[in-house]
Amino acid sequence: MSDNSSLRTPSQRIAWTATIAISTLVFIFLIAPILAIMPLSFSSGSYLTYPLPGLSLRWYDDFINSPRWMNSLKNSMIIGVASTLLSMVLGTLAALGLAQWKSRFKPLVLAFVLSPVVVPGVITAVGLYFFFAPIGLTGSYLGLILAHTALATPFVVITVGATLQSFDTNLARAAASLGASPLQAFRRVILPLILPGLASGALFAFATSFDEVVIVLFMAGPEQRTLPREMFSGIRENISPTITAAAVILTTVSVILLATLEALRRRNERLKGGGA
Amino acid sequence: MTAASLTEVPLKRRLRRAERTRQVKALALVLPLLVFLLFTFAGPIAGMLWRAVDDREVRQVLPQTIAALANWDGKDLPDEKAYAALAGDIQAARAAGTIALAAKRLNYALNGFRTILTSTARNLKAVPEAGTAKETLIKINSAWRERTTWTTIKDAGGPITGFYLLAALDLTRNADGAIVAAPPDQAIYRDIFARTFLISLGVTALCLILGFPVAYLLATLPPGRSNLLMIFVLLPFWTSLLVRTCAWIVLLQSKGVVNDSLLWLGIIDEPLRLIYNRFGVCVAMTHVLLPFMILPLYSSMKAISPAYMRAAASLGAPPLTAFLRIYLPQTLPGIGAGSLLVFILALGYYITPALVGGAADQMISYFIALYTTETANWGLASALGAVLLLATLLLAIVYGKLVQGQPVTGGMKN
Repeated sequence: MSDNSSLRTPSQRIAWTATIAISTLVFIFLIAPILAIMPLSFSSGSYLTYPLPGLSLRWYDDFINSPRWMNSLKNSMIIGVASTLLSMVLGTLAALGLAQWKSRFKPLVLAFVLSPVVVPGVITAVGLYFFFAPIGLTGSYLGLILAHTALATPFVVITVGATLQSFDTNLARAAASLGASPLQAFRRVILPLILPGLASGALFAFATSFDEVVIVLFMAGPEQRTLPREMFSGIRENISPTITAAAVILTTVSVILLATLEALRRRNERLKGGGA
Repeated sequence: MTAASLTEVPLKRRLRRAERTRQVKALALVLPLLVFLLFTFAGPIAGMLWRAVDDREVRQVLPQTIAALANWDGKDLPDEKAYAALAGDIQAARAAGTIALAAKRLNYALNGFRTILTSTARNLKAVPEAGTAKETLIKINSAWRERTTWTTIKDAGGPITGFYLLAALDLTRNADGAIVAAPPDQAIYRDIFARTFLISLGVTALCLILGFPVAYLLATLPPGRSNLLMIFVLLPFWTSLLVRTCAWIVLLQSKGVVNDSLLWLGIIDEPLRLIYNRFGVCVAMTHVLLPFMILPLYSSMKAISPAYMRAAASLGAPPLTAFLRIYLPQTLPGIGAGSLLVFILALGYYITPALVGGAADQMISYFIALYTTETANWGLASALGAVLLLATLLLAIVYGKLVQGQPVTGGMKN
């Protein structure tokens, strides 16, 4: 399986070593900035430099006791959870429909449904800014939730759609033939099988909203500022160690999301492997 | 035989009807999302595109003037009727407080028009007597003797205009209506588009150079080890864009980790300028976009069977030849998909250049945002947005053709 066995000539060995060396440097490039910023949040000093003068939790204390930061964390959660729920409903229904729908317009509809992912954030934001302002949806939670749902739904459609594609419809037929009502078949057979796909979709949707800043920049009033929005102003004005504390909190959320997703993927693969 | 065909036809029809019901039900499931996106996505973008050509401000503020100029050929100064109409409009607009609205729009087309209009409005005490309007207006401001002043008003008469779209491409109409290059002080957008394009291209190239060996390594290693190393790609991918941008500022600033280390090692004597310039923008953007290159490359390499390379070797091809002639061509779809994806995403970048770039490194999105929120030149912002949208969609169509049938991975970030 491994290529190492086929490395017979010296030039091949050199090429392989070079690949490993370059890749190692790229891995460092990818991961080092994220790791470098973390210890700074535990610094007892107020400069963002190494070596640290000492360790403390004062910047986390600062974060927790700052109404501005805590409010932004709360807003991120409210908007993230609400737009995840909404995009799950819309996206799952659409994925179920698209899986059955046969039409020559299907690629076009699919392209339209996925287009929010491709269109530059600024364009969506400017469009929404013009469109939502006259109807009072700028500076409101509802406006941000609707906008984030539009951005997040394509990911739900993709992940749930992929799960449905690998779903064996014979299982549903088997359930029906064994006397299960459609609802029972859905709850007992279909749902457990597509649940990991639904969960992955939800994680993608939440991550999209949780990380989004361009639309928030245009549409949020001071009351609806999210965590990334607050970080944006913080970086613009003056990078205090409190921002690094915020960064660690955000990264922790990302790691939890990523780990959950990975666990779901493994579970799914195991289920598939067991069936084969 | 007749009996069989008699029962067969209704069955076929019943099946077709059942299928049609199924299709309608399927469409009904997609419909809520389509309606939702119409309201929260397509509608707003269509609205923005409409603003790029919408030109009704001057028409609303100076309605009689626009009407009077409708039949003016633009060769000589307009007649007394037009002057009288303008005087009447200015009086009415001053009473309504709408002068500034028209002045702002006209000033985009002709620098200094704001002053002409506001000074005229200030000095025009009463509606001039019949037949003296021309004389009165020219006495207040000699600009009313210039043909270009009037062609500017006529051109801005709307209701739709190509003015903003032309301006977005550094073009304008001269007094005779011909499309010419915009004056140098306004001709900045081609440079900005070129800069956006160059930065995106550079970042794409960097991503490809850095991403290719990594994707190759991940695709060649045994699954256990490559899954472990994949974390190095996926963790940054999932980390907030703001966190990563912030991290680069902390690393690259003049008292940052990189400069400190280089100073300590004695490689440099004074801190290098690594951020708030083009270098910083390229580094940070490459960092953010690299996973979008690695993942499609990885999946295209994963699909290449090692048997091909073994076959090439057994047929006597030297390793380099086998790589160049057998392996590399098979990665081309992956290279194309990854490069296009990175390029498309880079084109629309706003947050990263805004935070780690200098004034000369801002990309087109920055100016769209600037004209929307700061100067409120919505027509120009929309026109620039229209150009960016067109470029993005064209590339996205090419991308769509390229990855047809392949699964899409995502988690797009700007």
